[in-house]
Amino acid sequence: MIVPGVTEAPRQGRAGQRPLVSIRTLSKKFSNGTLALRDVDLDLFPGEFVSLLGPSGCGKSTLLRIISDLSQPSAGTIEWPGADRADAYGKAEHSLGFVFQEPTLMPWAQTLENVTLPLRLRHMATGEANARAEAMLALVGLKGFEKAYPRELSGGMKMRVSIARALVTEPKVLLMDEPFAALDEITRHKLNDDLLAVWERNRFTAVFVTHSVFESVYLSQRIVVMAARPGRVMSELQVDAPFPRDNLFRTSAEYAHLCRLGSEALKAAIEA
Amino acid sequence: MSEPNPTSARGTDQDAAPVFSVEERFLGIPKSRWPGIIAPLVMGAIFLGLWEGIVRYRGIPAYILPGPLEILKTLGTDWPTLSIALWVTLRITFAALIAAVSVGVSLAILFTQSKWLERSLLPYAVILQVTPVVAIAPLIIIWVGDVNLSLLICAWLVAFFPILSNTILGLNSADHNLVALFQLYGANRWQTMRYLRLPAALPYFLGGLKISGGLALIGAVVAEFVAGTGGSASGLAYRILESGYQLKIPRMFAALLMISISGIAIFLATSYLSHRLLHRWHESAVRRES
Repeated sequence: MIVPGVTEAPRQGRAGQRPLVSIRTLSKKFSNGTLALRDVDLDLFPGEFVSLLGPSGCGKSTLLRIISDLSQPSAGTIEWPGADRADAYGKAEHSLGFVFQEPTLMPWAQTLENVTLPLRLRHMATGEANARAEAMLALVGLKGFEKAYPRELSGGMKMRVSIARALVTEPKVLLMDEPFAALDEITRHKLNDDLLAVWERNRFTAVFVTHSVFESVYLSQRIVVMAARPGRVMSELQVDAPFPRDNLFRTSAEYAHLCRLGSEALKAAIEA
Repeated sequence: MSEPNPTSARGTDQDAAPVFSVEERFLGIPKSRWPGIIAPLVMGAIFLGLWEGIVRYRGIPAYILPGPLEILKTLGTDWPTLSIALWVTLRITFAALIAAVSVGVSLAILFTQSKWLERSLLPYAVILQVTPVVAIAPLIIIWVGDVNLSLLICAWLVAFFPILSNTILGLNSADHNLVALFQLYGANRWQTMRYLRLPAALPYFLGGLKISGGLALIGAVVAEFVAGTGGSASGLAYRILESGYQLKIPRMFAALLMISISGIAIFLATSYLSHRLLHRWHESAVRRES
């Protein structure tokens, strides 16, 4: 058995695999002068699960917004060498899903309408959009709730709808910005399990922002530890534990060991 | 867990879903609402009884203060003239309200599309709103010539601003993360308006509509008073003026009663519309079990 350890991740690892997203010396300065990100280098490889771990104000969310093209970098580059499709303007079509910290559902729309939204915005026929959304809702455990309004759902269920909406376009990259931070621990563990199950099934590239060491170790193959003021990448930790991961992993000695290493890395980043 | 297969939400977060009250109903109205309906009715009955009693006991003549029964009787006998007057006033009220909704909502949509348009035009909308309609009504009547049209313009002036300002607020109040999401999926302006901004603005618009419904009636009546002194209008306000000159006080009260009832009916209608449109999703219309 391989003892999973924490190592410096090799930059061109994965047997020379081409990264899906390649970020080089990226900086972001806000108009009020705050340096949110400084010289960030990061590669995202197809199908991997990466966590961005760091204290508040380390620019994790800003980095996600830049990856999703909602915000523009002040300096540096972000490229999509692995994107094989381009839209009519010759710009690479970044197939992305985004899960915000809040469920961010439309309160006036039923669950099914919320999930079909990305498809309807791309003019997909209603029948096909509904079929895809129903399948995705079943996948996140919400079969039978198609007609429910968001206010009739619990916090965890709303988050499941939000994840289903992000995945319904079958994106190559799923960006998640502390999606489970507002949930209780029991619900969070269950959603962690279900998220991993969906990821193992569909194998998108997952980028998960969190400030929980435990959550990042449980979920990811790679943890990027970030520091604040200015936001920057401090270190990378490899988590080699095999999938599927379950409660056995969550209570194992190696999990505890990895969490301790993660905590130390985070502590170093906070004190840096 | 043997294989990666997401289980259902049952057993954990599903149990945390909120519970909504389902009440027993009597005549279609939830039982807990009945005291709130009966109490003011009883209060009104007591007040009317005292009024009738005092008028009779003291023998107050009808040209000073008619009793409620006398007013009701006049309402019956004068119904042919009064109902025509009511129809005239209501027609102007509804036309003004429809104009207020179409102009208010269209301007609000235009303003959210162009900040410069909003900056250039909104101050003038405010000026129109803060200038008392009584003060500009004579001017409008002189300029427009046609009485009905000038009454309509006056009532519209009073009614349109709450709809404009509330709809602007509503269109700008869409969740900024949802706006980002629409941007992420490459939604065009029309899609963002249709699927996000308009539904988000609906509760605000309906709040404005409730205010404007009453204001349209007030605007119509006030404008009629101004125009009525010229003697060419035939709405309820004109009937009130006319009855005043002729000392037909019971008829004056009857016309007043009709205006009040119309106002209440408009308020109830807009409240009902608001409830119908929002009760499935908006916090203002939700009753939670505590």
